[in-house]
Amino acid sequence: MYGYSGKILHIDLNERKHWVEEKPEEWYKIYIGGVSMATRLCWENIEVGCDAYDPGNPICFANGIFAGTPVPVGGKYGLASKSPLTGVIGDSLSGSWFTIALKRAQWDGVVIHGASENWIHILIDDDRVEYLPADKLLGLGTHETEEKIREIFGDDQVRSATIGPAGENMVRYANVTNDGRQAGRTGHGSVWASKKIKAVSVRGTHGVTVADPDSLLKMSFDITEAAQGPHTVKYRVYGTSTNVLNANKHGFLPTNNFREGTFDFAELVSGEYLDEHHKVKVIACAQCPIACEQMSMVKTGPYAGSMTGIEYECLQAVSSNCGIGDMTAAIRMVDISDRSGMDTMSMGVSISFAMECFETGVLKKEDFKCKKYPEGFEPYFGNGEAGVTLAEMIRDKEGIGAILAEGTRIAAKLIDEEHNSETWKFAMNIKGLECPGYDARSLKTFAMGLAVGTRGGCHNRSAAYDPDIQGETNRFTVDETRGVVAARSEEYAAVYDTLPMCKFIRRCFTGKADRAGAWPSIANLINATTGWNFDYDEVDLIGVRAHTIKKAFNIREGWKPEDDDIPYRWKHDPMTKGPGAGHVVTDEELAYMKGLYYKAKGWTEDGYIPKQLLIDLGMDDVAEEIGV
Amino acid sequence: MVASTSKFKYVVCDPELCIGCQLCEYICSYTKTGEFNSYRSRIRTVRVDEVLITAVACRTCENAPCVIACTRDALSQDQETGIIRIDPTKCDGCAWCIEACDFGAISINHLTKLAEFCNQCEDVEEGPQCVKICPKDALEYTTPDQRAQRTRHKLIKTSLEFPQKAKDPR
Repeated sequence: MYGYSGKILHIDLNERKHWVEEKPEEWYKIYIGGVSMATRLCWENIEVGCDAYDPGNPICFANGIFAGTPVPVGGKYGLASKSPLTGVIGDSLSGSWFTIALKRAQWDGVVIHGASENWIHILIDDDRVEYLPADKLLGLGTHETEEKIREIFGDDQVRSATIGPAGENMVRYANVTNDGRQAGRTGHGSVWASKKIKAVSVRGTHGVTVADPDSLLKMSFDITEAAQGPHTVKYRVYGTSTNVLNANKHGFLPTNNFREGTFDFAELVSGEYLDEHHKVKVIACAQCPIACEQMSMVKTGPYAGSMTGIEYECLQAVSSNCGIGDMTAAIRMVDISDRSGMDTMSMGVSISFAMECFETGVLKKEDFKCKKYPEGFEPYFGNGEAGVTLAEMIRDKEGIGAILAEGTRIAAKLIDEEHNSETWKFAMNIKGLECPGYDARSLKTFAMGLAVGTRGGCHNRSAAYDPDIQGETNRFTVDETRGVVAARSEEYAAVYDTLPMCKFIRRCFTGKADRAGAWPSIANLINATTGWNFDYDEVDLIGVRAHTIKKAFNIREGWKPEDDDIPYRWKHDPMTKGPGAGHVVTDEELAYMKGLYYKAKGWTEDGYIPKQLLIDLGMDDVAEEIGV
Repeated sequence: MVASTSKFKYVVCDPELCIGCQLCEYICSYTKTGEFNSYRSRIRTVRVDEVLITAVACRTCENAPCVIACTRDALSQDQETGIIRIDPTKCDGCAWCIEACDFGAISINHLTKLAEFCNQCEDVEEGPQCVKICPKDALEYTTPDQRAQRTRHKLIKTSLEFPQKAKDPR
């Protein structure tokens, strides 16, 4: 087999033993890698119905088909566990050096079972596994932990995925960081902490061989060259932060905890402003010729010295979404989040939720007491220092931070029980995962795409904002096309998430990002790597299968049709300003679109998967368990 | 900053332009071994403090310290190109050359236990493959003199404000 080793490494922390599982080539042809294979490994290894923090919830890594080769942006891996935020599949992606080290260690996947009694650092040194004490790493930030580990081994090729202090404290949306990139969403960091894993390090010394290296290199050269042209200019020059002004213009820039979709100070938190005042350098993940990460620094003022990579989703969550028009506070908040290992998006929405609790009088100044402000502080929308302080309190689980660290779904429940309030009406999460930076009241296809999303409020899994924004659909209304649009857009995204390749390369194959533009080239890359004979249809099926296994996982864990919902605010509170003013997505509209979507997927009208469909996709054992 | 005393051409990286993508390591290891493996690359990317990024390969020093340090006379320097050559029958992987190198540009092949050096792809017609693949043109294959000349030209262009001659007089 080319491109794969055919081997999955299993590590059992209860017994401190490991074993190797061999998988047949047919299995790889169905699950490929990334989020699809990671979810499948989770399906095979989880104790069904367990709590996310239970030792029966495995940590599943799945490598990428192109990791360790020169194929641009192919250095990514998938990470899956049951999510402590949503109780369903938590599938995330990260990339860069770690995944390539794992490829060179010749593991297609790693499954970590059980839990350790003491904090440990797992070293995978080719085929050797060591359980090292993590005492000297505890309390260190994500980046510091990695540097420390490389210093101990004296080898820059030892690459680590780590959790930071927020993970150690079991902030529910803590994440896993490697090489400055994060498996960002759904709370992997706290799952790692429940097993007392501080870091997983990998050293791989073997070379990666592919079926047809000369063709693969030729294609890689061409894509690399195309990636220097106009198709990626947005990512290279300003990065995704340039979306701030666009989103503001179209009226879906989350503002003041999704009360509004336009922000008066959008200019001050835009990618353009960032570029002019704060940019230090643009850097890339390993194996990426684009380089989109805008490393930005605060040079003066109380937050001077803060530096991290800034992108749109993180930026809007901590700036406009909290009403904060001060870029230095925004960079500081993202910096705290990245160094302590938290999902910046969930953190930002949890902070804006706390601000709205204060603005509506549910929480008072004295509820915000902390060491820094013993008398409490007033976290009104726009208070940058309050945002920074709340980020620190969440990281340390100090005072109100301990409640906000549970995510908005649980935090609202706790606060409502104590104060007899209705803060759940503005707790902006879907299935427990905080909403991304697109206010969906005026992006109706996307609203449904989010509702049916397998991991909750995520813009990476449903790409239905794109047709809404591009005008392919009327974003203010609903019609009979929306089911197909949402279904095809999430399957499109799932192809990239499964290979996995970064979606920023999508226009560099032929200049066109649609299926016709990208799938033939992706098929050629797969074939040159593996020696298989994939065509357009096989590539298309990658996404269908990826999405199906995730949905199947959720059904087996107890998913119900009513879980496919959007926040109360998007259904009942219209915005007052901007192009989106006056619009909501009514229950009727949502139910109508969900019905269309289930039909487009070939599912039952309640959203369950027919047996025959699963068998046709090659998932006979899944059909046996959850097919109807 | 330690400076190389080389008068020869060698592969050098501009840290301002380098993004840390490692494509140079892939192409190098493939050219030399037929596999993609950073461990076998003779050019190494370095990333420190997140934004300090560069790549390092042999800088063909004059009176190369690695050659002098070799206890078994396994190393020699080509007087025409500055390329360091290794006699595999003599090298025993003792790593004195690694200690002597001011740039950390030498590594030991963990399989053969021999020291490995950038040989500027002298056996490949197109020259150094890493320079060819670098997506940001951060790598170049030049002599220190050539780079000094360019620096002088850049300096005079940026510091003296004479009217610029039109690029295309037509």
